[in-house]
Parts: sequence; structure tokens; C-alpha cells
Amino acid sequence: MRLFSRKTTPVFTPFIMGVLVLTISFLSPARGAIFNPEVFTLKNGMQVVVVSNHRVPVVTHMVWYKVGAMDEPPGKSGLAHYFEHLMFKGTDTLKPGDFSKIVAANGGRENAFTSQDYTGYYQSVAADRLALMMKIEANRMTRLVLTDDVIKPERQVILEERSSRTGNNPAAQLSEQISTALYMNHPYRIPIIGWAHEIEGLTLTDLTTFYRQWYRPNNAILVVSGDITAAQVRPLAEKYYGVIPAKPLPKRIDWQEPPLLTDRRVTLTHDRVRQPAWSRRYLAPSALYGNVTLTYPLQVLAEILSGGATSRLYKALVVEEKIAASAGAWYDSHARGPSIFGFYVSPAPDKQNSVKTAEQGVIAQIDKLIADGVTDVEVKKAIIRLQASAIYARDSYRTPAHILGSALAIGMSVSAVEAWPERIGAVTRADVNKAVAAIFKDKRSLTALLLPKRKSK
Amino acid sequence: MMRSIGFNFIAPIFLATLLLWMQPAAAVEVERVMSPGGIEAWLVRDSSIPITALEFSFRDGGSTGDPKGKAGIANMASSLLDEGAGALDSQAFQGQLEDHAIRLSFAAGLETLRGSLKTLSQNRHKAVGLLRLALTQPRFDSDAVARIRQQIKVGLMRSETNPNSRASRIWRRAMFDDHPNGRPVSGTLASLAAITAEDLKHFAATRMTKDKLIIGAVGDINAKDLATLLDDVFSALPKSTAKTPEIAIASPRAQGNVYIVPMDIPQSVVLFGQPGLQRNDPDYYPAYVMNYILGGGGFASRLYNEVREKRGLVYSVYSHLNTMKTGPLISGGLATRNNQVVDALALVRAEWAKMRTQGVTSDELKRAKQHLNGAFPLRMSSTSSIARMLVGMQYENLGIDYLDRRAGFINKIKQTDITRAAKRLLDPDNLTVVIVGNPEKIKPTAKTPNIDR
Repeated sequence: MRLFSRKTTPVFTPFIMGVLVLTISFLSPARGAIFNPEVFTLKNGMQVVVVSNHRVPVVTHMVWYKVGAMDEPPGKSGLAHYFEHLMFKGTDTLKPGDFSKIVAANGGRENAFTSQDYTGYYQSVAADRLALMMKIEANRMTRLVLTDDVIKPERQVILEERSSRTGNNPAAQLSEQISTALYMNHPYRIPIIGWAHEIEGLTLTDLTTFYRQWYRPNNAILVVSGDITAAQVRPLAEKYYGVIPAKPLPKRIDWQEPPLLTDRRVTLTHDRVRQPAWSRRYLAPSALYGNVTLTYPLQVLAEILSGGATSRLYKALVVEEKIAASAGAWYDSHARGPSIFGFYVSPAPDKQNSVKTAEQGVIAQIDKLIADGVTDVEVKKAIIRLQASAIYARDSYRTPAHILGSALAIGMSVSAVEAWPERIGAVTRADVNKAVAAIFKDKRSLTALLLPKRKSK
Repeated sequence: MMRSIGFNFIAPIFLATLLLWMQPAAAVEVERVMSPGGIEAWLVRDSSIPITALEFSFRDGGSTGDPKGKAGIANMASSLLDEGAGALDSQAFQGQLEDHAIRLSFAAGLETLRGSLKTLSQNRHKAVGLLRLALTQPRFDSDAVARIRQQIKVGLMRSETNPNSRASRIWRRAMFDDHPNGRPVSGTLASLAAITAEDLKHFAATRMTKDKLIIGAVGDINAKDLATLLDDVFSALPKSTAKTPEIAIASPRAQGNVYIVPMDIPQSVVLFGQPGLQRNDPDYYPAYVMNYILGGGGFASRLYNEVREKRGLVYSVYSHLNTMKTGPLISGGLATRNNQVVDALALVRAEWAKMRTQGVTSDELKRAKQHLNGAFPLRMSSTSSIARMLVGMQYENLGIDYLDRRAGFINKIKQTDITRAAKRLLDPDNLTVVIVGNPEKIKPTAKTPNIDR
């Protein structure tokens, strides 16, 4: 899932964001007890998750709202993300800009992000400043003060953000067009940042209505990780968040995607493309959509196909056949709606018909996969690597908060996250082959091409 | 190994940032470990999870040592160290890493060659053996060389039309001209094609030597075991090289030119900057605090407030201090629609001038100190990030007690120190500016340098 972040610094350039997001999705949880979080719920319905890591005296404090771009009303694309930016403006007790000033002056780093599924806000800070962070974060949950003067310059910031991410970047333009062609019905078809013309039309009323509807403790999850315990967090959470009244939430639409009956081919030819790129996407179940039992085998499959230099696609297309500079597959089960199982290849330069050759190479691999399935050895090795990634995920005081927060925000349970290594470990060759048949065999897909304007070599 | 080049492009400036933003912290204890074979490492023990992380650098192992016409050797060699070593070809070597979930990578910067190892402690023995092989017996098989060359080439071709990387390359060339600092770490299409397997072997034999080595280790490993590990991994490296490349200190230009690189995009990418100062300069800490207030501090900085928050001209604007030994810089960047470039640049120059003439307020200074000291431990986000910090401390000769002393360096800064540093560094009329895009109402003052030679 792509995340959009409000802030940029030299560290958080758009390029870097991509890296961060990948890190999060690859570092899925693993073996046995992973994070051992302590969990409780406040009286107003706000869920609280605490993960202790005492290496350094710092904490990451996150509040996740179970509302994202997919919850926007029709014609109001970009609303969730625009609103996320406005959370850094003033409240009944803070002037615009004060929030960030307070975080900075207390030695904190902060940011926020919006995905199709959720919106999150966080600060990393010395453990003894946690109460202050909670105080100001709780304050802006319901006490934001928005006016036309406040929202106006921020709209321009967002249009610049859209230019940086999409207008200046042909690959991102293609990516937007792909979603509109792949999802026929689900709001995942609409870009998180919104269409430029709709961003321009969003009003103060749209923004404040969205805020009042969705920003409530019963639609939020508090995650604190680092040098802290649940016993320390609980009284603070009750004091700052527990006093905010719950409120009924709007009814969510249970979006379903109709069957994809046609193959699609989407091509962007652009004079700023020097190196062609090919990809193919199949719709796939996610942790919350479709046949959920397939998600564990699909994660093992993605690892078999793409988990390193000896993985199937890289080994076959890059190392042996030498028809690609890079090749792989991707799958992310963490989504409320229909997910994607994708394949990509970057054709070898300096070869005749390189795009066609590379395309045929990947398709041959998919056909082989459908015909022959995977091997026991492949499954075993993939499981070892995936389970190890769960141990690595514990290394950072931030990563557990991101993994648990995103899982809960889409509606997964803590126990599902904790059971991940076990469930991955239980995947068999037969499970993977069944999943392959279910999502690839006789299924329609979308093929995307990014091509240079001049004739490709 | 490089797999998804182009997608994970990180500007060189980011790597420098990691070294730069080290602030003091508490709660970690740094031990000096000396192996029986005489190899030193700094260690922070942490047994909370069964992981061992090792980070190391070879001084002068970076791209500034690449010979003329062959820019990109260090980068290419670093990508090939894990592509086959000893009796293991590329697939066998990578297979052993993957089967044991060992994370090993190498990367060349301008000044150093960096290595990074992270392993579950149960696989430490295996990891050590593979790392030793990679460092001391890399194969550079022709097959692997061709594959990596192709991947780097794809990355270079992508960056040609990426406005951010194009701006960055042209700006560096404008600042450094023919000096190696002005060349991209990954080279050019022409220099990449000129690199031979012999060049790569020569690099491995001469640039990765014990006298240039700096090591940081973090994880559930004690000093005794680390000492053994150090000898196991590094003792077979050459002690030193008779001939090391002499890298001249560059004099970055401060000629105040504006270069415009036409590109048909809705938003211009703008980079600006001028010479900076070295890490061991007496004005380093004042400059560091000044830069935080000017544009280094993300959401609380003056540039952020004036250019983004008040006027909505940009999504991203920043300034950055780069203390590279061979050519330090203070620079910055922004991106804005083509008809706003002039306004945004004027604001940057105004902030440059304001800092130079008026310095900072006592409140700004107080907040900056609180932030820079308080945020320091946040850098210690994982075993690897702490290990990288240990390498950085050694690279800059900061002393093993640096973590305890750093807050003192920052706390003693006065407003007058900042003004002095600002007067010395910030010259709004002599910013070297590169604009990639179709900016309106602004003309270039010099011809864009050719970055492909």
C-alpha cells in the first residue's frame, strides 16, 4: 500500500518514502512470540497497543485512524490526505505551527501518512516526553480549528506534492492509470493524493465534515513502542484519550470488485522514459478481502519468486536467460480491499526486442508456475527467510509500532499478527499450489508498459 | 548485489546525512575491542534480541579515488563483492546468504566503501565466513560483472531524465568541475563501459586494507567473541597498500551562477548552495545549529515556515550541511511549479541574508539545542544504525566518549557563534543554483556543464 506523507525533509524525499514503505511491508512479523504486545481498550472504544523495547530511552507514539482515501465521498478524492496535512494547523489551544514547534523543541521527530485504508500520525521522542505528545495528539483529535485562511496555502502545498510525486514522474503517472484500469469498482482505483481537479474543488465544509465523522477515539488505535510498559501507558492514555467521547461512525461501504472478465493492457509512452518497464497484476485476496486463507501461501509464493538473487524470477530471467536487468514479484496482504499479486521486469538494455523478450520470459515463468507448481525445498527456504524477518522486525523500536498499527487499522487482530510466523510455518507446497491455481489459472490480468517515446532498441 | 535499481534511488546527500546528524545520547555504553590480530572495533552490547550487526568502512574507499575516465569503479566493485567469492559463484554465495537469512551489503560513497552485515546470532559463524570470503576472495566472474554493469547502466539511464538526480549531478559538477567530487559515484555511461574486471580486482586488492578499516558492532556478542570474529573476518586483508590515491582537497566554486536545464515538467527542481566547512572545523557546531534553524530542522525551520507553511509554494524545501573532507558544502533544495521559481528562490536568498545579518534569536537557539540534544537517541533506531554511528564516530575522530560529550558542544553555542558561522558560510549573492524544468522569468547566467564527460 502506498503511503503519502505530509512532510518532507532531506530524509523524507518522495524517493525515500518508497523505501520506507517497502521496508514496512517486507518486515512482516515472525516466529513464535514476535512483539509480545500488551493490549487494552479504553472505555470510549480506543484500542491501545504497547510494545516494550528498552534498548534506548525513546518511544514512538502513534495514533492510527481507521479512515483512508477509500472512505472519501464520490468526487472528493484527496480529502483524507488533504485533511491529514491540516492536522498540523491550530486547535482551540494551539496556534497553527505550534504542534510541530512543540515536538521539535522537545527533541521529537514526527510525521504523518495517508493510505487507501488508514491515516496515521506519529512522534518519536524521549520516553519522558510521552505525556506531552499524548496531550497534544489527543487535543487535535477533536479540537482542530479550520478556516479558509488555514486551508488555502496548504492546498497549494498538496498540489506541489502531487507534481513532485506524479506530474514530474512518468512511472507514477502510469501507476495511477493502472489502478483506474485494474479496479473497476473499488475505490482503490482512485489515487490517494486525489485527482488535481478534485483537490482544487475541496471545500472547508468537506474537510470539517470528514473530520467530525471519522476522527473519534472509537475509530482510532493508539500504539506506543519503545522504552515503556503498558502499566505506564494506561493512566496516561486514560487521562488524555479516555476523556474524549465516542460517537457513532458513518456506515462504511462494503466495496466488492466484480469479476474481471477481460485482460487489460495499459501503455504509457513518454519522452522522459529512457528504460522501459513491464509489469503484470492479478487481483488477489488480502487479510480482509476474499479468500483470506490464501494470503499466507501467497506470501510464501512471493518469497519464492522474488526473495533474493536465487529466487525464481531473478535467477531465471536475469542470471540465466540474461533477458532482464531486474525481475521480481510482489504481494502485500495488509489491505482492507482486494490486493494485487504482481510481476515486474526491467528488460536488458542493448538487446533487440528487449521488451517483448522480457515479457515472454515472465509469462513463461507464470505458465510454468501454473503447470508445475513450486517445490518442497522452495517452500522450506522461503519459510526460513520469512520467519527470520520477524526477528529482524523486533530490532527497531519503530517497526513493531508500524506493523501492529497498520494491521489493527485495517481490522486484523493482534493475535493474527502474533501468529504470523506460525501460520507462515504451516504453509505447505500443496497450499501454495492451490493459491497459484486460484489466482492465476485462467484468470484475467492487467499488463502495463512504460516505454520510451523514441523506438525501443 | 543490486536488484531493483532505479526504484530505490537514494540521493548521495542522504547517505551523508546519516553521518552528519549524530547527536549525543545516553544509555548505551561503547567498548573498545582489540583483537589478538590487532584489529579494533567499537562495540555496544545488546542482548535483547538474538541479532548481531556489524558495520564497517574503508577510508578513501569511495568514488573520489576512482581514476579519471573510470568513474564508478568503487561503486561497481561494491556491488560485486557479494556476487561470488572463493569457491562459491554468485548463485552459490547468494544462496548461502539467503538460506541463513543473512543480510550482507556493500555500498560505495564519495569517500568511503561501506559494508553492512546483520545476522541472527545462531548463524553468526556462517555469516562471518561469507563476509571474509567477500572481502578477501571476491571473484569478479565475467558473468556477474556483465550483469552488474547492466544494472548500473539501467540506473544511469533512468537518472538521465529524472529531474532530481539530473539536478544533483549538474549541481555537483558546477561546484567541483573536474575534481572527483563532481563525478557521480556510479560514474557515467562512458566511464562505466571503460571499467574492466582487472580494474575491479585491483580495487579489491588495494583499497580494502586494514589500515583504512573502521568497525562498529552491536548486538548480543561479548568483547571476547567479537575479538575472535574480527580476526576471522578481517585478518586476511592486506595490511596497507604501497600506493594509495592522493585525493586533493577541492575548492568548491562560489561563483553565483544560475544554470538552467530545460525539461518539460510542470514543476521545476531547484538546488542551491556554496562551500561549507569540515567536521573538525572550530565553527562546525555553530554551523550545525545554524543549519538546523535555517532549513535542516524539517518542520520547524525558517525555510519550511517561509516557503511552505506561509505561502504554500513548495512541498519540500530544506538546507543541508555536508562535511565531506575533500569538499564540504552547505546546500539546499526545493521544487515548485515553473512560474513560482523566482519567488521561491528570492525567499531562499532572503533567508540566507537574514541569517547572515541578524543571526538567530535566543528563543530559536534554545529550541534548537533542545531539539538537537533530545532527538539524538532517536538515531539509534536499530542495531545497524547504532553500529553505523560507531563507525561515524571513528571516521570523524570524535573519541569513544563522544556520546557523553556531544551535548556539551551544542550547549555552549552562543548567538554570536552562529552569526560568525553564518557570515562565514552564507553568501546569498554567490549561491550556485541549478534549475531543472521550464522556470519562468529567469535566465541562466552560465552554460550548463556537460556531466557525461
